[in-house]
Amino acid sequence: MNFLGKLSWDAVPLHEPIIMGTSAVVVLAIVFILGWIVIKGYLPYLWREWITSVDHKRIGVMYIVLALLMLLRGFADGIMMRSQQAVAAGGAQGYLPPEHFDQIFSAHGTIMIFFVAMPLVIGLMNFAVPLQLGVRDVAFPTLNSVSFWLTASGVLLTNISLAVGEFSKAGWVAYPPLSGLQFSPGVGVDYYLWALQISGIGTLLSGINFVTTILKMRAPGMGLMHMPVFCWTALASNLLIVAAFPVLTVTFAMLLLDRYLDFHFFTIDAGGNPMMYVNLFWVWGHPEVYILVLPAFGIYSEVSATFSGKPLFGYRSMVAATMTISILAYTVWLHHFFTMGASANINAFFGVMSMIIAVPTGVKIFNWLFTMYGGRVRFTVPVLWTIGFMVTFVLGGLTGVLLAVPPIDFQMHNSLFLVAHFHHVIIPGVVFGAFAGYHYWFPKAFGFTLDERWGRRSFWCWFIGFHLAFMPLYVVGLMGMTRRMQHYDNLDWQPWLMVAGIGAVVILAGIVCQVVQLVVSIRDREQNRDLTGDPWNGRTLEWSTASPPPAWNFAVLPYAAETDTFWNRKQRARGKRDERAQEREYDPIEMPKNSPTGFVTAFFAVVTGFALIWHIWWMAGLGAFGALVTFLVFAFRHEDEIEIPAEQIARFDRAHPVGVVI
Amino acid sequence: MNFAPTIEAVHHGALLSASEAGPAPKRLVVAYGFWIFLLSDIVMFAAFFAGYAVLVRATAGGPTGAELFDQTNVAIETACLLASSFTCGLMSLAANTRNRVRTYFFALVTFVLGAAFLALEIREFGDMIAIGATPHRSAFLSAFFALVGCHGLHVAAGLVWLVVMMAQIATRGFRPAVERRLLCFSLFWHALDIIWVGLFTVVYLMGVSP
Repeated sequence: MNFLGKLSWDAVPLHEPIIMGTSAVVVLAIVFILGWIVIKGYLPYLWREWITSVDHKRIGVMYIVLALLMLLRGFADGIMMRSQQAVAAGGAQGYLPPEHFDQIFSAHGTIMIFFVAMPLVIGLMNFAVPLQLGVRDVAFPTLNSVSFWLTASGVLLTNISLAVGEFSKAGWVAYPPLSGLQFSPGVGVDYYLWALQISGIGTLLSGINFVTTILKMRAPGMGLMHMPVFCWTALASNLLIVAAFPVLTVTFAMLLLDRYLDFHFFTIDAGGNPMMYVNLFWVWGHPEVYILVLPAFGIYSEVSATFSGKPLFGYRSMVAATMTISILAYTVWLHHFFTMGASANINAFFGVMSMIIAVPTGVKIFNWLFTMYGGRVRFTVPVLWTIGFMVTFVLGGLTGVLLAVPPIDFQMHNSLFLVAHFHHVIIPGVVFGAFAGYHYWFPKAFGFTLDERWGRRSFWCWFIGFHLAFMPLYVVGLMGMTRRMQHYDNLDWQPWLMVAGIGAVVILAGIVCQVVQLVVSIRDREQNRDLTGDPWNGRTLEWSTASPPPAWNFAVLPYAAETDTFWNRKQRARGKRDERAQEREYDPIEMPKNSPTGFVTAFFAVVTGFALIWHIWWMAGLGAFGALVTFLVFAFRHEDEIEIPAEQIARFDRAHPVGVVI
Repeated sequence: MNFAPTIEAVHHGALLSASEAGPAPKRLVVAYGFWIFLLSDIVMFAAFFAGYAVLVRATAGGPTGAELFDQTNVAIETACLLASSFTCGLMSLAANTRNRVRTYFFALVTFVLGAAFLALEIREFGDMIAIGATPHRSAFLSAFFALVGCHGLHVAAGLVWLVVMMAQIATRGFRPAVERRLLCFSLFWHALDIIWVGLFTVVYLMGVSP
């Protein structure tokens, strides 16, 4: 047995100029940034204030930074596929060989779902939920840090696969038998599996953390039916995480057992059943759709109410629709593979259930419309994303209703029609929502607003680019083009795919606008300071504290026995300063102490994962042992809270006066 | 009886319901969070159970459950695990009265019973592998080893946890944090029992019925 398992210099694809060039740029960028941090002496600050931080706001920001970086990577994969398909028709082979193209579409899907959409949504929940609930942190702050760093471990492993070895070529769903040892003997599928196992544990722990936070830690007076709708959608999403992610863990564990220990869960011999993988995968996979989209729906609810200056229309029906969707999420998984060969009755059941989901979703759309109706709508960037979402998502949903009809699905299955459909719901549904939330909560996080002009430009580029990139895919899908083609002979498809390629370039312009927006906003931050803590004339508790909020969020826990407490209090105060702010008394606050546990655990998780991928057994054992020791050190810590003196809190409050006291 | 907390809870002239009383005390939050974790763990087992149910007839010409399972062995295993749950309960009672000696004693009994269960399970696995009934033999055996083995891994993790808890009581005494962890441990241990009852029924009883 080799000392380094399967790892050798052959694992580095030196003969692939595209991969080596990209890797070199990434490595140089990392070295440059790290060097800059060290030379400038920022490392202690970074360690103290961010890496070891257990503050939910900091962790939320780190999740979003991670997601936006991975959005660049995932988008690079996407635009490579679009450009390859725009040129590789007839005799032309394009510039990507099949084994590279296969890795790109697998990495694109994996990264976009697990390392862009998930961290965006979890990051926004991390940032906003405790503030909206009027509390000082999540239920388990250190666990929260562990969750984030485990997600980052999965990201790191996925990116290591770029330079060391290969990534999976089996698609983002990794169906066996293709993903089994027989047809994928390389390390690609192992990178996929271990990266997702490690980050999946992080996600599950987040889910547990947030369910507990939302159900057990709300400001005094805040009953469940007084919560902001974003908290409701976060609750639904996290309940789904708790109930769905263990299934993914088991599914991947079974595939790992097949690959590592010669088990026969999904092999084609010895009684294995590949279709069981597909079923189990989508028992997780369909709820995952709602894990992503429900919090985005919550953001749209907050945005439409805030910028219309009206309470959300139909709060109770919105809550009911959210919870209904989260239950129905478990009754539709088979519509991802009607072609499995289940009986007509079973297909009919899942088809009908899939269409029923359109009902609560329709309720939500009408609620947003009626919220805006008769309101004084301010057309800020978050509102643009919201309106763009409504227009686009309804159409994407309609093509979903088409696909929910089993006979139509038999025609459309695995075609670009399907690819167009799920991008048509997930981009406006999740990505636009996350961008709206990013713009909406940015001033709360950093104390200054984002530039509106570049935000609008970014929106229009994304909106137009999206339609250019994905509407043609419906057409070529109907013309019979299947997904994941590195090359095709039918020249009739090519014009459509060229238009789609142009669309991807327009989306790229949108991303560039977002980068410019960030740079411009940081440059002009002094003009755009938010000194009131309430830049949008908001309704919920997060706007009742300073921007950025202190570590303890609220000097005194707010009393919030109604929906839109903050808004109502402002109405009653009628612009007058609240006298009670002067005579407020402060108590010292116990806050959780920083902890390197999350970072160290993640380090050992990466070591273990990497060792398992390359069959370096001694190193895997060492990594697991290190993680256990880290856990024990944490369990035997002497104190985990520090007391912030009342003096300091009073000083902060006097320096940052807010409009009304709750 | 002390009415002070009730009076404190009266805010703005109305008596608050538990749901509106503000953040729950730490003990409740920790226990509640751990319950949610246990639910997720049970979902995980549910997926393994589903896999087992799908593959139970896929023996690929190899041995079936009826040919492999030794009812006596399983009965002793079950007795050990159920008894260990009882002694775990006694340990919790002893911890509630802060009686160190009784806590250690019942922890020891719990540990020995759990270890006996694990030893019997490992022997059962060893015997099966010795006659060629390995996970490699058939999909049924893959599912069997994964499901039962996953429960066994949980028991092993529980034993490690129990030792750590005793070390914490020895070095830290009955501090609130240690008490909360003991509470979580006993929840965990009882949950493993519940899973075993399902496992015993689905795998071993149904496995030998014609």
